[in-house]
Amino acid sequence: MSVDTKDAPSKPKHSGTQTGSFMRKTGDWARRAPLLPALIFMIVVTQLPFLVTLFTSFMDWNAYYPDERGFAGIDNFRRVLTDANTRHAIWVTILLTAGVVLISLLLGLGIALLLDRKFRGRGAVRTMMITPFLVVPVAAALLWKHALYNPSYGLFNGVLKWIFGENAPQPDWISNQPLWSIIFALVWQWTPFMMLILLAGLQSRPLDVIEAAGIDGANQWEIFRYMTLPHLRQYLELSALLGSIYVVQNFDAVFTITSGGLGTANLPYTIYQTFYTAHDYGRASAAGVIVVIGTIAIATFALRSVSTLFREESGK
Amino acid sequence: MSSGVTIVTGKKNRGGGFVLSGLAWVVGILFVMPVLWMLLTSFHSEEDAAKNPPDIAAPLSLGGYKAFFDTGPWPSLANSLTASVLSTALVILLAFPAAYALSIRPVKKWTDVLFFFLSTKMLPVVAGLLPIYLFAQSVNFLDNIWLLIILYTSMNLPIAVWMLRSFLSEVPVEILEAASVDGASITRTLRSVVAPVVTPGIASAALICFIFSWNELLFARVLTGTVAQTAPVFLTGFVTSQGLFLAKVCAASIVVSLPVLIAGFAAQDKLVQGLSLGAVK
Repeated sequence: MSVDTKDAPSKPKHSGTQTGSFMRKTGDWARRAPLLPALIFMIVVTQLPFLVTLFTSFMDWNAYYPDERGFAGIDNFRRVLTDANTRHAIWVTILLTAGVVLISLLLGLGIALLLDRKFRGRGAVRTMMITPFLVVPVAAALLWKHALYNPSYGLFNGVLKWIFGENAPQPDWISNQPLWSIIFALVWQWTPFMMLILLAGLQSRPLDVIEAAGIDGANQWEIFRYMTLPHLRQYLELSALLGSIYVVQNFDAVFTITSGGLGTANLPYTIYQTFYTAHDYGRASAAGVIVVIGTIAIATFALRSVSTLFREESGK
Repeated sequence: MSSGVTIVTGKKNRGGGFVLSGLAWVVGILFVMPVLWMLLTSFHSEEDAAKNPPDIAAPLSLGGYKAFFDTGPWPSLANSLTASVLSTALVILLAFPAAYALSIRPVKKWTDVLFFFLSTKMLPVVAGLLPIYLFAQSVNFLDNIWLLIILYTSMNLPIAVWMLRSFLSEVPVEILEAASVDGASITRTLRSVVAPVVTPGIASAALICFIFSWNELLFARVLTGTVAQTAPVFLTGFVTSQGLFLAKVCAASIVVSLPVLIAGFAAQDKLVQGLSLGAVK
């Protein structure tokens, strides 16, 4: 007898033992037991702190003024949302996330298409492509800041001098385009991520159907537009959403490349500062709650997209 | 889009195929270039590293590495290793039985539980940072590596549960039944029947958890000080320029990234599964 666990999730598999309701109950608990440590651990370590944050966000609480602790109502939220700095930080977070995710998604799609063919050295190219993702984020940000962007000894200006000689323009990349400097450093790290997921998507295409379409006279563009792209849609969604969830939280690159200066402070950096240097706990919590609300919007779609893939995989 | 068409079907088109293969190589080299540049610069002397235009053929030197190790990175590297290895071990210890209860002998509503794990991954780190900081402060737990171990475990547990579940669902149920007929207990079944089949899965989940723990900055930056400081926090000491220090920065970045590069290349084939939380194989 072979029971597919995925198709029959809650069907008891050993029939003989589970006769009485007592036996069934102990059986249920025996099933749950291996799950409980992980579940309890996660609830305690991730859910409790968030509840405290939620609670604190409605409180007047600054560590510098311990006597003035009390209930603040929606005051923190009002202050956070009307504060010019925070509003700018919200805007930066949106630009940064959208910029990084869209650019790396498009690049990742193009590169995945290039790598979805057989050619000499394909494995080597794939390995080269993954490398940026395997550099520690802080190290990657340091690399871009000092070794590439630096106006006097960075590689970019060095290449300009190579090409145009001594009179080559030597721009100060970070000061001129602080946000784009961060975006490009992150695109370099996140394109491999998008590429890997999209490549997996491409390789799961039903090739026989596509060949049949080719025989039936569909041209290459039609096959891409009407067969490959619809098949890839959920992989595009998944990589975009997972990418957004990670990039929206980015702290390392902003902290390292500009230290939040030049108008590049995003919400995570602003929250870090509000609480780490200004010690305004109530306000930091309110900003944290706002990030969560923003993330829930993305996460709802992300969960739905994962669950679609999940059900398809289980249905196979 | 005429050049993109050969890609779609993989049909042999000699001329176009050659161009596309060449393009793939160019793109790959462009992406790996910054890392190669960092590697090369790390082996140059500070004077050569600061040259503009750059001097590729400059004599190699270990000066950058020597300067980096003179700044005393060993304690932070050791802390990173402790935090990553112990949290990864804890993750696997907790995730394996959980994945078992979500695939081989599934509990009721197992999909809900699975999605609960995933949803915790979507809660931004900053949202829980403050209470964790205040709690750690009140019980004198700040600047303690165990605090990071616990937090990294919670950070990676959902990934591991999802990955291991997708591996475990490939375990042939017949083997398990044969084991239970023989009267083997759950622990024995787990250890002697299931584990060997999924060891590769455990290995790749562990490597991915190791990478994420090793990379983490925000928690480590806020919650540790001089004692439990990790390698990424140590690297933030290089954020502001200090005269001629490019070779040292590159050496530092290479040394700190090395474990991740090794773990990542080792887990290359399973990387996508881990990154997509098991949703994509």
